[in-house]
Amino acid sequence: MIQLIELTVNGERHDLVVEPRRTLVDVLRHDLGLTGTHVGCEHGVCGACTVLVDGAPVRACLVFAVQCEKTDIRTVESLADADGTLSDLQQSFADHHGLQCGFCTPGMLMLAEGFLAEEPDATKEEIRDVVAANLCRCTGYQTIVEAVDACARRRRAARQEVLGRSAS
Amino acid sequence: MKPASFEFHRARSRAGAVELLTELADGDPKIIAGGQSLVAMMNFRLARPGHLVDITGIDDMTGIEVDGDRLRIGALTTHRTVEKAGLGVLSAAMRWVGHLPIRTRGTVGGSIAHADATAEWCMLAVLLDARIRVLGPAGSREIAAGEFFHGPFWTALEPDELIVEIVFPWPLPPAALTEYADRKGDFALVAAAVDLDRERTVLGGVGPVPLLVDSLDAEEIAAGLDVRDEPGVSAHYRRGLARTLVRRAVAEASP
Repeated sequence: MIQLIELTVNGERHDLVVEPRRTLVDVLRHDLGLTGTHVGCEHGVCGACTVLVDGAPVRACLVFAVQCEKTDIRTVESLADADGTLSDLQQSFADHHGLQCGFCTPGMLMLAEGFLAEEPDATKEEIRDVVAANLCRCTGYQTIVEAVDACARRRRAARQEVLGRSAS
Repeated sequence: MKPASFEFHRARSRAGAVELLTELADGDPKIIAGGQSLVAMMNFRLARPGHLVDITGIDDMTGIEVDGDRLRIGALTTHRTVEKAGLGVLSAAMRWVGHLPIRTRGTVGGSIAHADATAEWCMLAVLLDARIRVLGPAGSREIAAGEFFHGPFWTALEPDELIVEIVFPWPLPPAALTEYADRKGDFALVAAAVDLDRERTVLGGVGPVPLLVDSLDAEEIAAGLDVRDEPGVSAHYRRGLARTLVRRAVAEASP
């Protein structure tokens, strides 16, 4: 059985014909060619396939694409500018050596992006706790925690500056 | 792996979901909400339902409401929503449910229906004498949590019934839940939850369903466990974990 669905990914609408058993990660990669999202364990343990669904980090291997109609899906491809300029979070990963082989990186980025949007004042301990959701077999996590924390600090500083300017 | 084929249906209302379950009864239908346990099982082909009935579009099954001496949690409420709702032991216990991306999608009702023996919601429901309200073709009924869990992945829920809400007594007592797993976010090897008011403990991971014991005495509870040596986990180790976790839970629950 196949089904016609409408998905909004990175702000773009797509009409797709898929089998209901197709998971979101397979639709992203195979039907939409968005191979930035990686697929690892396919049972919700490794977190490599993490994307944002309505702003919340979600394991794309544990949700069927047919369940994601009328949601706003964001993948790692949405982070950098069209000209390739990295987002502040991506740049922070590069600056702090938050990746080595890069397999876990898209999932880590989307996990951190979703988490920081919800908890902009997250402490380093809270960040450490959250990145435990995804497996990284290279970095030992320390540099990932530092990258996310540094990005959060910079965003807080920028927010303070805006607040300070509007107050004066 | 990839899941086996199934047909997908969307329920728009509680009654609509029950109707679909009844209509599709011969085709092995299954309710899907957050899918955080079910899709993993389907990917492993441990579960191969012929039909999935998606209930996430039903809008009156989400939310938390204090109703006199009852706290009603809609079955579609996510773990993350409860975690951030400031509901004492219930919110505090959510930190043990998988990881953040699991908690943003997984639901309270789904967890209860799945009935893993170490699941936090199953333990909390038994500890606090929650009632599971379900809807079937004949109408709705409430099942006491103590009678709901029959075994791992086996409950009192009939195949054509839908969990609508979980009802906890309100206000909640001083209580706490704590766990141990080799890796954070994994299924607990042993989990313990205590209610200081009623001096009772629920243990997960020591039997096929959450085990209720009328005691807070860690030594006595650990000594009374019927556990066996298993590959990698000796009975001695499991008993030791139970003892430590009961103590930790009592300490966390104490004002």
